[in-house]
Order: sequence, then structure tokens, then C-alpha cells
Amino acid sequence: MSESATAAAGAAALIKPKTSKDDRIMVGFILVICLYLLITLAFPLYAMLSKSFSTYAFDLTNFEFQVNTGDGWSETFSAAAQNDKVKKFKPEDLVTSSDGRLAPTELFPDFSFRSPTLYKLRQVRGDTSYLFKTDRVDDTDWHEYSSNDFRRIVLRASADTGLDNFRTYFSTPALFRSIENSLFISILSTIITVSLAFGFAYAINRSTMRFKGLFKLIAMIPILVPSLLPGIALVYLFGNQGMIKGMLMGESIYGPIGIVIGSVFFTFPHALIIITTALAISDGRLYEAATALRASRWRTFWTVTIPGARYGLISAAFVVFNLVITDFGLPKVIGGQYNMLAVDIYKQVIGQQNFEMGAVVSVVLLIPALMAFGIDRYVQKKQVAQLSARSVPYVPKPHKPFDRICLGYCSLIAIFIVGLIAVCQYAALIKFWPYNLSLSLDNYNFKVMDGGGWDSYTNSIQLGLFTALAGTIIVFIGAYMVEKTNGFFATRSAFQFLAMMPMAIPGMVLGLAYIFFFNNPDNPLNPIYGTLAILVICSVTHFYTVSHLTAVTALKQMDREFESVAASLKQPFHKLLSKVTVPVCLPSILDISIYLFVNAMTTVSAVIFLYSPDTTLASVAVLNMDDAGDVAPAAAMGMMIFYTNVAARLIHQFVSRKLVRRTQAWRGT
Amino acid sequence: MADETTDNSGSKVYLQIDNLTKKFGNFVALDSVSLEVYEGEFVCFLGPSGCGKTTLLRAIAGLDIQTSGTVRQADVDISALPPSERDFGIVFQSYALFPNLTAERNIAFGLENQKLEKSAVAKRVTELLELVGLPDQGPKYPAQLSGGQQQRIALARALATSPGLLLLDEPLSALDAKVRGHLRHEMKALQRRLGVTTVMVTHDQEEALTMADRIVVMDQGVIEQVGTPTNIYREPDTLFVADFIGAMNQIEGHVNGDNSVSVGELSFTSRNHGLAREAPVVAAIRPEDIVPQGMGDYSSSDSNVENSLEVEVEDMEFLGSFWRVSLNNSALGGAALMADMSINAIRSLEVNIGSTIRVKLPADRLWIFPPSASA
Ligand SMILES: Nc1ncnc2c1ncn2[C@@H]1O[C@H](COP(=O)(O)OP(=O)(O)O)[C@@H](O)[C@H]1O
Ligand SMILES: [Mg+2]
Repeated sequence: MSESATAAAGAAALIKPKTSKDDRIMVGFILVICLYLLITLAFPLYAMLSKSFSTYAFDLTNFEFQVNTGDGWSETFSAAAQNDKVKKFKPEDLVTSSDGRLAPTELFPDFSFRSPTLYKLRQVRGDTSYLFKTDRVDDTDWHEYSSNDFRRIVLRASADTGLDNFRTYFSTPALFRSIENSLFISILSTIITVSLAFGFAYAINRSTMRFKGLFKLIAMIPILVPSLLPGIALVYLFGNQGMIKGMLMGESIYGPIGIVIGSVFFTFPHALIIITTALAISDGRLYEAATALRASRWRTFWTVTIPGARYGLISAAFVVFNLVITDFGLPKVIGGQYNMLAVDIYKQVIGQQNFEMGAVVSVVLLIPALMAFGIDRYVQKKQVAQLSARSVPYVPKPHKPFDRICLGYCSLIAIFIVGLIAVCQYAALIKFWPYNLSLSLDNYNFKVMDGGGWDSYTNSIQLGLFTALAGTIIVFIGAYMVEKTNGFFATRSAFQFLAMMPMAIPGMVLGLAYIFFFNNPDNPLNPIYGTLAILVICSVTHFYTVSHLTAVTALKQMDREFESVAASLKQPFHKLLSKVTVPVCLPSILDISIYLFVNAMTTVSAVIFLYSPDTTLASVAVLNMDDAGDVAPAAAMGMMIFYTNVAARLIHQFVSRKLVRRTQAWRGT
Repeated sequence: MADETTDNSGSKVYLQIDNLTKKFGNFVALDSVSLEVYEGEFVCFLGPSGCGKTTLLRAIAGLDIQTSGTVRQADVDISALPPSERDFGIVFQSYALFPNLTAERNIAFGLENQKLEKSAVAKRVTELLELVGLPDQGPKYPAQLSGGQQQRIALARALATSPGLLLLDEPLSALDAKVRGHLRHEMKALQRRLGVTTVMVTHDQEEALTMADRIVVMDQGVIEQVGTPTNIYREPDTLFVADFIGAMNQIEGHVNGDNSVSVGELSFTSRNHGLAREAPVVAAIRPEDIVPQGMGDYSSSDSNVENSLEVEVEDMEFLGSFWRVSLNNSALGGAALMADMSINAIRSLEVNIGSTIRVKLPADRLWIFPPSASA
């Protein structure tokens, strides 16, 4: 049969389907959003990658001199020969960065700008340049200068590509030690967070203790604050003048201990969400079977619970690992002298203005982050398969002693979380720790502080709102088009890939990549550099993946034939989109927007390189005030972010409920 | 594959499918399928799950355009057109009703922005709701309607724009048996009243037999037979059709003449078949075609009547309006024969398990097919 079919199809003309206008418009949208992701993600990353391989050195062989001390011009000699003669620069001195400058006068020990000596300078090839005053000279002609002019000349480094930056990186212990530190901190934090979160999820899922709702609410608090806020609380508790400093028994909070405690705090809710889902989908019937077999609770735990939740546990571990290794705010605040990769990027770029080295550290940081991302995606795919085979949910039965243990355990975690936030609140309200403990709102008077004052706060709110608005629209339209178009396989696959990429890119890396790409004067998009727009774009791209996945999940739950029906009724896709798809997906759309808002409010890493004096942000202000020693105002600003996010959440919930009641009357009657 | 016994003289061909092939990668889902559908006709695609019925329907709709071959509708070549440029209404198995719109707004979906006045739309919606017998259900959301009601709303929505072609993909299979039986008649009556050319996909032979003007029997991406329900049932072209529709006794044997077959030690006269002598074949007869001696045209007591044989009653199963009797004759080589006998016949012939009776296999009801390739 198939043979004859091949023959028939070979003979018959193949049909080339005509695309409809809607198809073309929809693919147009996909291409536009692909282009958006290319410009805001792929191109900047490429720029950063090539930066990490760009090396700069002074090529002394390319510069040649003639000198006239009054008795005619000397022979031509190269700067390299002159350097050999006077033994001024060692080879490593000639390696520099893109804006390295070298004054040729240094090669002439008896140079004096008052002397009547004349100098001629030329470049052998036209691929180097030097500056005379502010003019750039890159021709190969001889130019004559008086001594007074000669001192106004600087040679510029010439660019090359190669592994030199990486060589330098790996031969500088202060730098590559950070890899070890970052891995150590991330792995340790991951083990602790996942264990604690598993216990918490287990207690909530498998016990009949009271206050479950309250515990779940408290566990989500860390999502609403910047990751560096727990750092500030830890300083107040265990710092040099800490309230309960003694509990550390002489150890310093500034360093690994502080970073790990803070990391556990801010990654806890992320791990908890994943593990709770994994536990919730495991099959209740297995537990009934275990009970029927009179297996002990302990045995059931190891033979049923853990295997059932294993994908969730692995996934949570990689997510936490990724969050910790890419986080910048926390180690910046409490890391002390303990170097970590993300902070190194900041130090190289902001502290030393060594952009190439910043790019190298970024590449190094990308590797573990990409690996964690890849493994997590793989595991999540497995988990989906498990989910579709789900059956009966588990219903816990009361068991007094067990419930009591669970209640105690969850209370401890809740105290830890609420405690750190409470310390921050206390710090924000105290006049001058530890000398004047009277309460006041002085610390909220940001006007008098470094960090941009109240403008930072309003900028952050604007950033949050614009990110939520623009991001939700872009993400939802992109997800809709890619889910609901037929054909155009290559375009859609490319888009799917681009949409998953942001999750793997650490915020610091993205921000630095933006500098390389958008701060380039040749880039037509250069004008957005330093504006709020670039912050919005960066935030949308940084948080694209999770939003995209949320939208795709919602869209997948819609009947695949809606589009077919609309086409048969000759209705354009945008009518279906506005009348059916968007209303039905509204809860998910609102979820996406609150996710984007909260994250834009709290993120530091993605925007630290991109804000300008006009666009300072609250989260960055926390960091900068803390850096300047204004720790209490930093805590106060952190709390402002917290209040705002709580309010945003409440509004979100209120609006959701209202909208759901109005537009979703069709759900459950 | 045109069917001579169907009288379509006077009807115009509305949908013409020529050499249509659809491949998914290397898998051939439809293999050079050709078919004509006449104006106003109700055609059913019938076949086992996975045989390509939906694929053919989606090719006609333009939802999954064929790899090669042409589709002409109302004398226009629509082979490459996207669905939005074709003229059809469609009802899916899931109904695909918009959950957030009321029944009437679902129906009105295709009527809006067609330069129709609001009042005209409302009037048409009312008309359609009445047409499908749900005049009061307009303001309800799909979730508030029963499965059968949802199906009818989906039908009304598909008919709203008065399409020239109505496509139905297993529209009844999500419903329970009772509703299904009722809706079959309603849908058929509605289709006849509107006269809209209709193609329905189903895997349920009863549905096809009761609703279709003509049935297209499909298997593994090819059309096995096209014909009226009686034609398909009484005159199957292939063993697959004979087997798939209705019950059929199948006994392996050999050709021993132009219209003769040997089974075990016995020899029967059969319909003409034109197969080579000694070729292995399957002899087939429907249970209701087996006539017990003393009933119908087999009243003679002569034991030499053509194709008659003595059989033992091995088992009897009461199926409500008739009995299905399992018959055996060692000369058949171990094959059992199923015969359907009326309650009357069982009573008057005093048939019991273990009793021996004589039955006739009428030659004109005895088919000879080459054995199917997969057997
Ligand atoms: N999109 C697709 N990709 C690959 N194979 C498909 C696709 N759609 C259908 N098929 C295959 O084509 C065959 C016919 O499918 P279908 O037409 O849906 O059968 P049915 O007769 O049950 O409606 C099946 O084997 C199915 O697996
Ligand atoms: Mg089907």
C-alpha cells in the first residue's frame, strides 16, 4: 500500500497550501516577538561573548619614530626597539583594556616638553591609532610634533581576539577562587533549602495540623522582598553590633554563614512551590496500599513519598542552585571579603571598569547556570509525564503526635521568615542603632540620603507597572501565536527556543550584555540607554520564561478546535482572541502581570548596570544606601518594597476575584 | 469506485475528491482517495479508528491540507485554500463551544460583523435555536447544558451562516446511547429539511446505516466501498466491508468452480466470484441468511436441496427479538456457523441445544472473498 502511495504522490502534483491572511498576520507577530527576543537577548549576549574574547594590547612594533635634536633627523626606529633599549615596559604592562592609553614620552627618559627637540611619528599599518590632544590619528603618514605637542600624544591599544582574558582570569587566584566559593555556597544553600522546604511541604500536605493557610502565606513572604533584605536583617542580628551576636560564638556573619542563611530565606518559597506541587500529585492509592500492608509511616515515607516526589525535589534543587549562584544583592551586602562570581562581575565592571574581565566572569557564571537550567528542563519534562498519569489525591488523616511535630516545625520556619522581616522593620524604625533606640520615621526620609531618594521609589513603581503591562501583552501574544498557528514549524521552534533562554541567563550577565550592546554608539537603539525603557525591556526579557510558560499552560487548556471553528465561520483570529481566549485566560494573565510587577520591584541584578541618575530604583537604592553605610534607611527602603508588593498582591487578588466573578460566570454553576 | 446501484441521476456532484493523498512524515494516512458527494446528500465516512476518516474530513475543510490530490467544491478547485476561504460549517466531537459565551452568543459568533443588523442577528439566532429544538436555552452557558444540548448548539452555530457543506466529526460519540439514538433521527430530519450537503465521520456502523444516504467504508487510508446502506450491507465488495458491517460467518475453504466452493469435506454453490481454482478463499454468509428447513422458501423435506446440510445445535443465545444459534457439522472442518432464527422458527421447529436440524445456505447469499491480506 505504501509503495503505491509513494508512486501516486510522486506522480501527482504536491499541493502547496495557500496561507490565509490571519496566518500571515500571526506569523508576523511571532517574527516580531522573535526579533524582540533577538535584540534584547541574543544580540546582547553575543556582544558580551565577543567582548570576553577581545583583548587589548599596545602594539609597539607598529609605531615608529624619528627624532631631531637640532642636527638633522635620526634614523627611523620603532617604539618596540626603543622600549627594549630603555627597558621601560614589561610585556604584561602592554596588555590593557579597551580604553588603555600609553604616552610615548615614557619611552624617552630625558624627554622635556621645553626642549627644542622635534619628533616624528608614524604607524606602519593603519590598524592602530593614537590621539593627539583629542584628535584621533589612524593614517600611516609621518607627523611632526614639537616637544610641547609630543607630550599631548597617547597611543591607543589595538584590539585582538583570543583567550588571553580567560588566561588572565585563571591565573589570578583572587578571581578563580570565586568559582569554588560560588559552588560551595550554592550547593550548601541548596541542600539546606530543599530539606527545609520538603519538611514544610510534607507537613502541609500530609498532616492535619492547624494554620496551614497562614503558614503557606508566610512562606511566600520572601518573594516580595529583594534578596538583599535578609542580609540587612542578619547584619542587625549578628553584625558587629548585632542584637544576638553572641549566638555565632565568635564566627562572623559577614561571609559564608550570612550568605547561606540569607539564601535559604530568599529561595525558600521557590523550592516550596515546586515540592508542594510534586507532593500534591502523588497518588493517594499508593498510600492506601501501604497502609493496607501495614507499612510503618517511616517505611512508607522512604518507599512511596520520596520516590513520588523525586522529580520535584531534583527540580527544586536546580532552581535553588541557580537562584543562589546568580544572586548578587545578598553576597554584596553580607559577603564581606568572601568573593562570589556575581559580585565579581560587579566589582570588575563598576569598581575597576574592566569590562572585558566582567564579560569573562559572566561567561564563567553562565556555565553552571546553563547546566542547572538544562537539567531542570529535562526533569520537568519527566514530571509532566507523571502528572498526566495522576489519579486519586491523598487525603491525610489526623494523627495527634505527628500533627504536633508538624505544627512545631512549621512554626519554627515561620518564625525565621517573619523574624527576619520584623528585624528589618525594627531597624527601619529605630533612630540610631544601637545608641538611640527611640522609634521614628526619620529613616524613611530618603530625600536626605544617597540612592536617589523617593524618586527611586516612584521609578520602581513605574518600572513595575510598565514591565507588568508591556510584558504581559508581549508574553501572552507570543504564547498565543506560537500555540495556535499551524505550520511554520521552523519559525515556531525558533521562538520556543528563544522564549526558554532568558531563564538560563543570570540577571547580572543580562545587564552587562546590555551595556555592551546598547551602549555602543553605533547601535541605532543607543538612545534608550540610560532611560526607563531599557530597564523595562531588561526586566521583561529577564522574567520572560516563567511568564511564557504560564501563558502556554493556560492556552493549552483551551480546545484546539476553537481556531478551526472561528475560521470556518470566517471570523478573524483577533475576534476569537478578544472575545474568547483572553476572557477565558484572564486569571492566568493577571498572574503573569503580578509576577512581573513583583519581580521588577525586587530585582537588583538585572538592573544594577543599567540605571542612570534619572532612573534610580528602590531596590538599587537599598544596595547603595547599605554600601554607603546608611543601613537603617536601606532597611526602610526595603520595607517600602515589601509594603508595595503586599499591596499589589492584595489588589491583584481583589481585582482577580471581581473580574472572575464578572467574566467567568460560566465557570462552575 | 462509483456505485452503479445508487441512483444519482439528476443530482449534481457538489464535492469532488480526486486522488487525494495525505502523508504525515513517511506515514501515509490517506492513499489516493477519490470520491464524489452529490448535492443535498448525507454521506458517512465509516471505518475503524485510525483509518483516516478525520484526516479526510480535515482535508475537505482545509484544516490539514492534503499532500497531493484535488478537492473541488461547487465546481471550484479549493485544494489549496485555507479554511477561512472555504464554505463549510463544522461540528467537532468536543463541540468546541466557547465556554464564556452563552448559547445564543455562540450561535451568533459567525453572524457578527457580517454587515447584519443586530435585530437580524437576533432573529436568526432565535430561528436556529428553534430549528435545533432548544428555543429556551439561549441565555445559558455551555457548562449549564447537557451533552446533547451542547451538541445541538454546536450544530446551530455551524449552520448559522448557511454554509453549503456541513462537516461533522463523530458528533454523537461523546453522548450516552439513549441520547444518541434520539439525536440521530433529529439530525437526519434536520439535514433533510435544510437539504445541506453533509459529510459525517463515524466509527459506529449503526449510526452510519441509519443516517447516511450513502456510506463510504474506509480502511487503512483507502476507500473499500461506497454505497447506500442497504447496498453496503447486502452487497459487500470486500471481506473487510462484509466483516466490518453487520455480523458475518466466515469459513475458510477453496475454490472448486466458477460459483462453487469447498469447505472441509463439503461443497457449496456460491455467488460468482471469478477466482482461480484451488485458491484459498473465505466463504461468508450472514447469520440471518441461513434458513432452517421448514421455514420461508425452504419448506421441502427433500434432503438434497442445494447447499443444505445437517447441523447440530451447540448453543443458543436469546437476543430479544431473535435467537442466535450456534451450529456445527463435523464435515465443515470444525468451523461453527451462527444463524439468526426468529422466536417463531425456534418454537415451531422445536430447536433445542443438542437437537439436529437441517439448514440451507442460499447460494445467492453465500459470498466468496479472497482471504484478507492481514489474516
Ligand atoms: N497530525 C498527525 N500527525 C501524525 N499522524 C497523524 C496525525 N493525524 C492523524 N495521524 C495518523 O493518521 C491516521 C488516521 O488518523 P485519523 O484520520 O484521525 O483517524 P480516524 O479514522 O480515527 O479519524 C492515524 O494512524 C493517526 O495516527
Ligand atoms: Mg477521528
